[in-house]
Amino acid sequence: MSVVGRKNRTGLRFALALACTLLFLFPIYWIAAISVKTPEEIFAYPLVWLPGSFNFNNYLVLFRDGDAWSVFHSLVTAGTSTVIAMVLGTFAAYSLARYKTGGNHLSLWIISQRMVPQISIAFPVFLLFVSLKLIDTYAGLIILYTAFNLPYVIWMMRGYIQDVPIELEQSAMIDGLSPFQVILKVVFPMVRAGLFATAVFTFIFAWNDFLFALILTRSEVVTYPVQVTGYFGSQSTFWGKIGAMSMLGMLPMFFVVATMQKYIVRGMSMGAVKG
Amino acid sequence: MTRIFQFRYLILAPAIFFILLIGLYPFLKLLITSFQNITMFADDYGFAGFVHYARLMDDGRFWASVLRTVVFTAIALPIELGLGLAMAYLFLERVPLKQVFVALILLPTVISPIVAGSTWRLMFDNRFGPINQIIGWFAGHEVKLLWTVDTSLAWPAILIADVWQWTPFMFLFLLTALSAVDQEQIEAASLDGASRWRTFRYIVLPAITPVMAIAMLIRGLDLFRIFDIVWTMTQGGPGTLTETISVYAYQMAFREFDVSYSAAFALAIIVVLTGVVLSFLRMVEVER
Repeated sequence: MSVVGRKNRTGLRFALALACTLLFLFPIYWIAAISVKTPEEIFAYPLVWLPGSFNFNNYLVLFRDGDAWSVFHSLVTAGTSTVIAMVLGTFAAYSLARYKTGGNHLSLWIISQRMVPQISIAFPVFLLFVSLKLIDTYAGLIILYTAFNLPYVIWMMRGYIQDVPIELEQSAMIDGLSPFQVILKVVFPMVRAGLFATAVFTFIFAWNDFLFALILTRSEVVTYPVQVTGYFGSQSTFWGKIGAMSMLGMLPMFFVVATMQKYIVRGMSMGAVKG
Repeated sequence: MTRIFQFRYLILAPAIFFILLIGLYPFLKLLITSFQNITMFADDYGFAGFVHYARLMDDGRFWASVLRTVVFTAIALPIELGLGLAMAYLFLERVPLKQVFVALILLPTVISPIVAGSTWRLMFDNRFGPINQIIGWFAGHEVKLLWTVDTSLAWPAILIADVWQWTPFMFLFLLTALSAVDQEQIEAASLDGASRWRTFRYIVLPAITPVMAIAMLIRGLDLFRIFDIVWTMTQGGPGTLTETISVYAYQMAFREFDVSYSAAFALAIIVVLTGVVLSFLRMVEVER
């Protein structure tokens, strides 16, 4: 093929790729645009495709009315449950990976817990939490997110630990390190990237969760996805608030796609595809 | 040896304790409750036999929700796969700014399904949504389609939102798989005069099948449980037209408080899905 032909084809691919990207990006642009529009711009016809100015009033309203606390609630529950699940899960994963505790059956049982439909466990958990007075508390959501994400953490970290050459641990043992020290000083540094990627995904799962939060919260610890759905009313829909709250909830994800791209396939396939 | 023996259980026990909370307790609770007779109005803890399971088998609304969910999965999955594959082919060769494009395309997949559903509900708004406006440009007159209310448009609207959110997921998996295909084999085949279709059918497709199968199973399981997008866009309506299994289960448990019936319902879902999940996991284990 001639150089010109090659260039043209690259140009064509670029144009197609750009069109594709814009198509997928448009709804996100639209919600972002709504979040900085004035009410007049939101309810204008014909539509306002480009907001006249950045109007942060929709965001200010969220903070003034205290609705923005829902983002804080999401941060606390997703953050705390991620830390607990990572600590407990990584040690458990080490036990499964290196001591083969429970063999394959235990590992399979653990990860299968993750794949059960949320709706089917939500109901008995709801009944349990009512009797334990854990409804609408940080503790309730954190406990449930920890339990729900632990199988994922264990499964992912088991894979990452299995990738570490066992000889390193054996020689550390010979040097007189205790099993606990081996994990902290030899294994953790080796799986640092895996720990980070798994933590990010665990956080996302809890951050994006809707069903558990819908069922287990009332008013005190409502998370941002539940808050967003509250703005759709039978009488009126609060477009500006939906836009602003959605943007706040989306913020961490911009960071994720910018930095975590090469971990996404492994993270989303539960380690089945190494990417 | 005893020290190691204890250590390995010591570091496993706390995690197992938490997992039992979702892995064992709900199962037992559902099992017991499903054989009692508890509703919003009555707490009857006596043994009720299989009445709730019998009612489930006879519940037309339940079977309709199963059928809807299966049909929707059967439609959405191939569309997401096909579009994802086409896009993966586009990005397989040199594209300027590839990394930036891929990152931006992935955004829909990592955002909350609630945000995705809300965004599309606003996009589909009959008066102030851009979809009707764009259709209007092509139609040449004002269009005021009631996407989330009209019986013939509610499902297409949900489908578009789901395809938008999850095609990037398929795209990324297939891009990863295609990048790993042996290029020399493809070149050799084309030198031998094999058509592009035959090269795809006999060299590329077998190579990407394992990753494709995993991506389809993960998406298939997600679609089977679909709740968030439906809930934000239509809440299962109009009527029960878009009521999926999870939406119906939610209605019975948390709107009607039909406790024992919901327990039988939930247990049935768990049993059916566990079979699917276990066969999926066997595959994953083989991959390792």
